[in-house]
Amino acid sequence: MSIAADSKFHVLAVDDSLIDRKLIERLLKISSFQVTTVDSGSKALEFLGLHEDDQSNPEKPSVSPNNHQEVEVNLIITDYCMPGMSGYDLLKKIKESSSLRNIPVVIMSSENVPSRITRCLQEGAEEFFLKPVQLSDLNRLKPHMMKTKVKTQNQESNEIQLVEKSEIQSQLQQQQPQSPLSPTPPQQQQPPNNNKRKAMEEGLSPDRTRPRYNDITTVV
Amino acid sequence: MALLALKAQLTAFVQSMFDEGLLDGQFIQIQALQDETNPNFIAEVITSFCNDAERIITELNKYMTQQNVDFSKLESCVHQLKGSSSSIGAHRLKLACADLQQAFDEKNKGGCLKALNIITREYCILGGKFETLIQLEKSILAIKSNQQQQGSYHIAKST
Repeated sequence: MSIAADSKFHVLAVDDSLIDRKLIERLLKISSFQVTTVDSGSKALEFLGLHEDDQSNPEKPSVSPNNHQEVEVNLIITDYCMPGMSGYDLLKKIKESSSLRNIPVVIMSSENVPSRITRCLQEGAEEFFLKPVQLSDLNRLKPHMMKTKVKTQNQESNEIQLVEKSEIQSQLQQQQPQSPLSPTPPQQQQPPNNNKRKAMEEGLSPDRTRPRYNDITTVV
Repeated sequence: MALLALKAQLTAFVQSMFDEGLLDGQFIQIQALQDETNPNFIAEVITSFCNDAERIITELNKYMTQQNVDFSKLESCVHQLKGSSSSIGAHRLKLACADLQQAFDEKNKGGCLKALNIITREYCILGGKFETLIQLEKSILAIKSNQQQQGSYHIAKST
């Protein structure tokens, strides 16, 4: 996955009602999100690269590498009451999947049933929106998506640091086979390209709660 | 000139629907979602709603008049209709659906039939008004795009 700044978050919206899909799509687009809508939980799982039948086979990984989603999904917003797989069922499947469980899930419902809300939140839903969903509700989505993006980018920059470190080590070993790796900060080395350097510099920063890219904060 | 008049007509028409309780605040939210990038949004959503509503009400009437009424199917239908009504701001229709749901809960078949008649009637009224609304929206849009075309023609002419 490239760390090129992709300033629009991508939301997958799941709802069996055509009107509600139109509405949520418009609301999300106005809020500057990229949107994909599907009309069922099973289609959502398909889009996410998770095939239901794979889960029944213990030997096959639940997401085979070839099926890995090409498009990153930063948040899933789903209706609760749907024929077949309910929003709650979908939430459970997502949280049970090792590849998908970090994607924040939001549940929407036309009915204000406290036990239902509690159940969803306990199962890992980030928010529960009462329908009809308002534009102001969607303002609550960005923090959840940014949390995940920071987490993912932390993981990525950690991986890059490890790769960089081993590359530098092997470079040094070629130049000076005897001396140990000196603990100089990477800025004094010559990292191959600016992107990686930036990631490494930020990786060294003690404050990891800052959003990683400035572009994100401009998304209103 | 014609544009302003049409816009005023549309505003007054929508206001009358609010006054009669046919529409509620949710419809204002929908109006806010229409802009130059999506100039057809209101008409699209209303059309989807009407198609959905007609289908469901037909089904409701069919299921209700069957020998063995399938209440779970009816409940699922009216739940859908209530949801759509709520999403589009169809206030009276939404309330009528709630009344039908109540009649289901009470297992009151007579009450169900009565409530269904009210739903059918409410939708007839609403559907008619929505049709007028869509026509006004379309006329406004036609004038606007005409003006835009003429505007660019004038610019081209003056250069």
